Amino acid sequence: MSTLEIRDLHVSIETDQGVKPILRGVNLTISSGETHAIMGPNGSGKSTLAYTIAGHPRYTVDSGTITLDGEDVLEMSIDERARAGLFLAMQYPVEIPGVTVSNFLRTAKTAIDGEAPALRSWIKELKGSMEALRMDASFGERNVNEGFSGGEKKRHEIVQLELLKPKIAVLDETDSGLDVDALKIVSEGVNRVKENTGLGVLLITHYTRILRYIQPDFVHVFVDGRVAEEGGPELAERLENEGYDRYLTGSTVG
Amino acid sequence: MTSAPSAAPEAAPLQHAHGPGSPVPVQTRSERFASASHADFPPVTGRELEWRLTPVARISDLLDGALDGAPFPATVSPAEGVRVEWVARDDARIGSAGLAEERAAANAWSTTEQALVITLTAEEAVTVTVDRTAPDATPRAAHTIITAAPNARGTVILDHRGPARLTENVEIIAEQGSDLTVVSLQEWDDEAVHLSSHFGRVERDARLKHVVVSLGGAIVRVNPSVHLAGDGADGQLLGLYFADAGQHLEQRVYVHHIAPHTVSRVTYKGALNGEGARTVWVGDVLIGRNATGTDSYEQNRNLVLSDGTRADSIPNLEIETGEIAGAGHASATGRFDDEQLFYLRSRGIDEQEARRLVVLGFLLEVVQKIGDADLEARLLGLLEDELAAVEVV
Repeated sequence: MSTLEIRDLHVSIETDQGVKPILRGVNLTISSGETHAIMGPNGSGKSTLAYTIAGHPRYTVDSGTITLDGEDVLEMSIDERARAGLFLAMQYPVEIPGVTVSNFLRTAKTAIDGEAPALRSWIKELKGSMEALRMDASFGERNVNEGFSGGEKKRHEIVQLELLKPKIAVLDETDSGLDVDALKIVSEGVNRVKENTGLGVLLITHYTRILRYIQPDFVHVFVDGRVAEEGGPELAERLENEGYDRYLTGSTVG
Repeated sequence: MTSAPSAAPEAAPLQHAHGPGSPVPVQTRSERFASASHADFPPVTGRELEWRLTPVARISDLLDGALDGAPFPATVSPAEGVRVEWVARDDARIGSAGLAEERAAANAWSTTEQALVITLTAEEAVTVTVDRTAPDATPRAAHTIITAAPNARGTVILDHRGPARLTENVEIIAEQGSDLTVVSLQEWDDEAVHLSSHFGRVERDARLKHVVVSLGGAIVRVNPSVHLAGDGADGQLLGLYFADAGQHLEQRVYVHHIAPHTVSRVTYKGALNGEGARTVWVGDVLIGRNATGTDSYEQNRNLVLSDGTRADSIPNLEIETGEIAGAGHASATGRFDDEQLFYLRSRGIDEQEARRLVVLGFLLEVVQKIGDADLEARLLGLLEDELAAVEVV
């Protein structure tokens, strides 16, 4: 049983116009087996939250805490966070020329586990995960994300999720750019990992569409850098019908 | 042996009227002066277009001095369907793919006593490794001719080691329908100097893959010219270099599309690390007026790993016909991509390993295009050694 706790988190970024606050006091608690949807309009700070949890250097934490099972996440380097059990499925996974998918996955698995996986079971596991996400075996010999379509990149993210077995995963707009078929494949992958490993999920999305396939236990509406409203799955349905307009009375983050 | 170059061979097919001192400035790459005779080139000042980025003061022995023209040591691995011979300087094959375009190459041309001729004749692909280990730092000249007979297939690896001071010419002929790969691998000792001009001629429907890998040596300048002479000829020019502190690695690439429907791809990638690490890449592509329907693309990318380095990257494209399928070029020199590092580290891979993967991957992109598993594995090992020797920060 793992718990990621975010307490009164304030985060800013450097821009040409000076320091710009993005997150203004975020509170969230995500435990194993739970799925939390974070929904909000563009610019509300959803992706900033995702990248701050992962430790991207662009974001400065001004105050507040993030802990994983009581351990101070903000004190950890990017790779230490991953080894501690955090995972970020990115909205725009980057290409890494010259590094094959199979080499990358094996290197990451070795880093996370602290030892190289046994070859035979690893190959079997890799093959099974790629098949389940409808990725041809030839992807193993291709360079990471190079020439992948949008959908292939997202499926590759979920293959990593399945193989690296994190405790808590942040899925940053994993639904964006996917057609319905690809969305189903990706969602089934996430659900399978949840079932097999008791993964806790923080699902960041603009639209309610993915929530038809990945059922949230909790829905948090994110506006202007903080949680404006919280509820159960019924809140997502209301957002589906009403949109974000009623939250957007004051200023918004650009 | 004297310092005066001996008489030039008769064959001089690319010799041109616009020599140095001609009132007409050289405009087009194909009109550059060429000669087999050292005396036809004026002394090098370092201000010339082709020398201005080279430390000429450190190569005066190769530019102007007496050279040992005896056969440069070469041990050729035996293979079926491969003919290896040393021929006299009046052999008709000498000069059939090109002619020296600068003084160091002409010095070699006019001094070499014999040329090493390697001819691939079999349609079954073969790999030939030529071990060229210099015994000492005597300034030497060499001339090599590599030919793939019509429809022959194979790979010739020129493997360079030792403390050489070598200026040389390499002629490469891919006859009709052949598929030839030539690799020049520079694993020289730290103090070695190597000036090499390669002249390639690719005939109808033939394919030449030309690979330059420069890792060792103080000054290494390998300049491949490839003439796509026959319809449908295909030239793939690949390069890989890793300059450490104080190393000068230079490559001037020239692709001449002469015939219609010819294709060229030039991909050179390099890494620079340490004070005084220096690289030069010049890429000239000339699409001649008869070369309709051609497709060309050239690119050079450099990854800068530390302060105190300098990379020059100069792509040039000349097009003399409007009817082409495509022509493009790209050049980029930069530091690490932080987003690539973030992506790898977010998967648990520590910073040092992530940087190693990014650098290796950057360079391996070229290795992956070579298409010879043994050689690729060997180059991977050599690159791992290069990286192990530097603290990538």
